[in-house]
Amino acid sequence: MSEASEGSALGPEHRGPPPLDGVLDEPLVTLSAVSKTYATGIQALDRVDLAIGDHEFISLIGPSGCGKSTLLRLIAGLGAPSAGSIRRPEGESRRDIGFVFQEPTLMPWATVAANVGLPLKLAGVAPGAIRPRVEEGLARVGLAGFARAFPRELSGGMKMRVSIARALITRPRVLLMDEPFSAIDEPTRFQLFDDLLGLWSKARWTVVFVTHSLFDSVYLSNRVVVMTPRPGRIYGDLAIDQPYPRDALFRTSPEFGDWARRVAALMTSAAEPAAS
Amino acid sequence: MTPEPDRRTVILRIVVPVAVAAAGLALWEFLVAYYDVPRFVLPAPSAVWTSLVDDFAVLAGSWWLTVRITLEAYFLAVVGGVALAVLFSQSRLVELALFPYAVVLQVTPVVSIAPLVIIWVGLDHADRALLILAWVVAFFPILSNTTFGLRSVDHNLLNLFELYGATRWQVLTRLQLPSALPHLLAGMKISGGLALIGSVVAEFVAGSGTATGLAWRIVEAGNRLNIARMFAALILLSATGILIYLLLDRLEHLVLRRWHESVVRREN
Repeated sequence: MSEASEGSALGPEHRGPPPLDGVLDEPLVTLSAVSKTYATGIQALDRVDLAIGDHEFISLIGPSGCGKSTLLRLIAGLGAPSAGSIRRPEGESRRDIGFVFQEPTLMPWATVAANVGLPLKLAGVAPGAIRPRVEEGLARVGLAGFARAFPRELSGGMKMRVSIARALITRPRVLLMDEPFSAIDEPTRFQLFDDLLGLWSKARWTVVFVTHSLFDSVYLSNRVVVMTPRPGRIYGDLAIDQPYPRDALFRTSPEFGDWARRVAALMTSAAEPAAS
Repeated sequence: MTPEPDRRTVILRIVVPVAVAAAGLALWEFLVAYYDVPRFVLPAPSAVWTSLVDDFAVLAGSWWLTVRITLEAYFLAVVGGVALAVLFSQSRLVELALFPYAVVLQVTPVVSIAPLVIIWVGLDHADRALLILAWVVAFFPILSNTTFGLRSVDHNLLNLFELYGATRWQVLTRLQLPSALPHLLAGMKISGGLALIGSVVAEFVAGSGTATGLAWRIVEAGNRLNIARMFAALILLSATGILIYLLLDRLEHLVLRRWHESVVRREN
């Protein structure tokens, strides 16, 4: 990682490796009684409390339409909650958040380099300062040498890598991912998972990963947050105490099955109407 | 991609239409001679060619006037259409206030407003009347296509720009205008032909001795039953229309070739 070697106008300085003992710092983002009702009258979220800590890999899981994507957008600052509050530590700017959409969401008219450098360009960083960071960012996701390609020349998995490189270019503290790999075939998806976990364990950012796949949530996260059907509330919060790095062996191990059963049980009871 | 099928396509695309045209002309020439058709009803292709060569000085002058008015109207339509579309995208109020009038301008047949325009600009300035009328015809496709393009921005990309605190100017120049480009180019292709049509139709209605374009030559030749010259003028008009289309098609290809599905050559 060469991230620590240079300071920047954007994002915090690199803050060293994560603590080994897992001491909880002050949460990065704190949601208190957050509700969201749309103009159409549909209530998407109902009094959500969630503290997002440092270097967590949180999976937000729930049935489709339960407001997980809405929650992610609120955390990103795209839209305001109807009630409740979202608090970030003092001095945090919105560029401390990276967002990866369900689709790669790349500008088709721009090269890979221009797409990855976009957040810096919008912030007014000089082109000369952007170029090395883009190169470094592309190398990090395994796309060195693709800077001049156009998005349509890339495969679905490669486009997603570009999207991740773009989200990381501002050195965010929180990476928000909205079902990012759901349209990608399984071998590619598993490779992307391992690469993402590799990046995450080397750097120090927090991931909030929205998914509807309990297997993906168990494989990736150290914390699974289960939501109820609409209006979405937090139903359960489960720590996956399984050491990293995780690999294909873990995916077929009895422990994996145990975790998956526990998440599944939570999801089942969360979906029951009587649950409150 | 291997060069063989490519070259074969090119040869087919040139050879087939040329062969059809040659066969058609030969048949035409033969039928006119065989049935002894009078020159004032249908001249033979050879007679049209003779007229095109002999009357070239007269026709070229008229051709240039038509082309000049077409190009001027087209240029103003593109600049004005894009400018107004950008204004619409920035202010919903302006759009609500002005768009209905743009539609009214579009749906009113240009022939019917020609006399009014002539009275306003004065009979001595017929070329100005032609310019205005051709512009009216060419303007709307640019405006409506660009307006549509500026609106059809990928919603997630817009969220992304918002997330990174993009200014309105950045959203316009880096997101909305590039998104609108394919639509603008499609509008420009339509308007290129319409500008020519507009300038010719306007001249039929509003032409006078002070502005003698190709339409004027057609009317004049018709009055004198000089059908060969009429055909010669028609050929020049068609050739001009084809040239405009080909140039704009080329422009679209050059601008979009790296990224847009409509012009990217598929290899599967």
